[in-house]
Amino acid sequence: MIATETDTYQIDHARLREEQSSIIPTWLRELRERGLNRFTELGIPTTRDEEWRFTNIAPLLKKPFKVANGATPVGSQIDELIQQAALDDDFHRLVFVNGRFAEQWSMRHELPPGVILENLAESIRQNPDLIERRLTGEAELEHSAFLALNTAFIEDGAHISVPDGVVMDRPIHLIFLSVADEPSVSHPRNIVSLGKNSRATIVESYLGVEGPAYFTNAVTEIELGDSADMDHHKLQHEQPNALHVAATHVRQQASSKFRSHYFSFGGDLARNELTCALDGEAIECTLNGLYMPSGDQVMDCRTRIDHLQPHCNSYELYKGILDDRAKGVFNGKIYVHQDAQKTDAKQSNQAILLSDDAVIDTKPQLEIYADDVRCTHGATVGALDEKALYYLRSRGIPADFARTILIFAFANDVVQGVEVPAVRRRLESILLEERGLPDV
Amino acid sequence: MLEIKNLHARCDDTEILRGINLQVSAGEVHAIMGPNGSGKSTLAHVLAGREDYEVTEGEVLYEGKDLLEMEIEERAANGLFMAYQYPVEIPGVSNKYFLKAAMNSIRKYHKQPLIGTMDFLKLLKENMKLLGMEKNMMERSVNEGFSGGEKKRNEILQMAMLQPKLAVLDETDSGLDIDALRIVADGVNTLRSPERAIIVVTHYQRLLDYIVPDKVHVLAEGRIARSGDKSLALELEADGYAFLDTCSA
Repeated sequence: MIATETDTYQIDHARLREEQSSIIPTWLRELRERGLNRFTELGIPTTRDEEWRFTNIAPLLKKPFKVANGATPVGSQIDELIQQAALDDDFHRLVFVNGRFAEQWSMRHELPPGVILENLAESIRQNPDLIERRLTGEAELEHSAFLALNTAFIEDGAHISVPDGVVMDRPIHLIFLSVADEPSVSHPRNIVSLGKNSRATIVESYLGVEGPAYFTNAVTEIELGDSADMDHHKLQHEQPNALHVAATHVRQQASSKFRSHYFSFGGDLARNELTCALDGEAIECTLNGLYMPSGDQVMDCRTRIDHLQPHCNSYELYKGILDDRAKGVFNGKIYVHQDAQKTDAKQSNQAILLSDDAVIDTKPQLEIYADDVRCTHGATVGALDEKALYYLRSRGIPADFARTILIFAFANDVVQGVEVPAVRRRLESILLEERGLPDV
Repeated sequence: MLEIKNLHARCDDTEILRGINLQVSAGEVHAIMGPNGSGKSTLAHVLAGREDYEVTEGEVLYEGKDLLEMEIEERAANGLFMAYQYPVEIPGVSNKYFLKAAMNSIRKYHKQPLIGTMDFLKLLKENMKLLGMEKNMMERSVNEGFSGGEKKRNEILQMAMLQPKLAVLDETDSGLDIDALRIVADGVNTLRSPERAIIVVTHYQRLLDYIVPDKVHVLAEGRIARSGDKSLALELEADGYAFLDTCSA
């Protein structure tokens, strides 16, 4: 059964191998081969798999999603999507259509010396050794079928490298578009590294055109050197019939700061895995997220923070607003390793269910192997804060309106944590549209 | 304006109010004092409509209407205001939006024209100045990260904006230093008028130096144990609530 579902990928992979056999380096061909083999062994996960217990993805993958061919899709559709996604013309912008870099829609301003901001395919051509080290070093194919699948199809994505001491003033916006006439899949692979004392802001946006179902299987790998500082945003706006599976792996060195802001709005099923390895002292790691599924949407948010060294802080706040028959999953793991004394970790997941048929499975997990740490986690699931509701009503605000205000407030709290004005404004306008407050 | 008759109320299985009788007329300021647990705050919350309390007996007439039958927002729309001891924080909604929403909800209820942004901001600015509040407090989320004193001022600001007919101040003095206390009291005093009544719930006499009451009531074990004029508050200040034991003995 699994074999039939993975058949499409086998065929696609064979085609890719044939087409590109002469133009790609041997190590990449071998890496892809290993990815495919591992994917074949693991198969598409089912709900019997502990990591996928609450999210039934297998039925959705029965469709034969094919890697879109290289033909450039219609321009006007892409123009429209970019207009929708664009945040600020002062940002650097790399656009990927069906997983491949689209130069004509991208925009790179002048870069500080030494900065690499290009597409992965280009870097593989220009700088294969560097990419080989990155891709073969970190690739943890072991457990994740989708990471293995992504690796089997590594072709393009963003490659960002900021040298020591360089501060990128302009944020970098990566836009991933899906535009195809038949069910298609893309496997963007993004590689980011920040040198010591450098700083960058990144925004990833995912969206697609109305039409056949599509599947995005994205992987982003981020490395932060000593005292590096990164603000990372992800805005997931896929079409309602899309399948979005993504993994972001972050490795932080001493005194670095990483802030993640994840916003999930679209997709039929959206699964986001974010793992952070805190591999140095005095690291700060902040993970904020907001997911707002409605209709029959399924949104699965998974985070894992590994405290490997002493004196690191992690703060995590995920909020969900679930309506109609929507389903949400939150799984937040904090793993405090034996050496990680003086760890301070706080995690909170709060979900509001707006309908009787909405469901949330929430699973905070703390595993602590050091004895001098402070770790707290909390999960609240339920309706709106009764005290706040009472407070608003006691000022003359009718109950329905008070509820609207509190739903907005609940989500807006996460939005206001975004520091980049253009991103925050965009999120505010989405929030106003989805869960807005009337003028008063 | 307000007539409380034989009011009994309980929270869960504990009877807290055991037959309160109280009459407040327009233009009056009443102080309700009493030791902890005497039912002061419960009385305030029952008037505002908090659902945790169940009224088991008695009635409350507000301008001749049955107050207990009214929804929480209806009470507010009809001019009842409660300044809370512990105002709720609402991260994600600006104070400004909240205040304008409240004002215009009440106007809508009375089918009055809504207040426009310019008029609203002008009024807001005046009142904030009066209460010595920083401008940025309007852009901040409702009560979020406010100090105890800032929260109390924010309550009085809401009162000043909403211009209630009957204001109930629940332990408004707690957590205020003397300067803040004076500012808050000044804010309350400017609202005193022949059309308006104010009930000040407090544990200490201190606040009553600044908001001088017409009548003082001492609550004990859910009943009014003594009533008198402002001299009763001073007596309590000197002797404490010890006399209550003598009374019940």
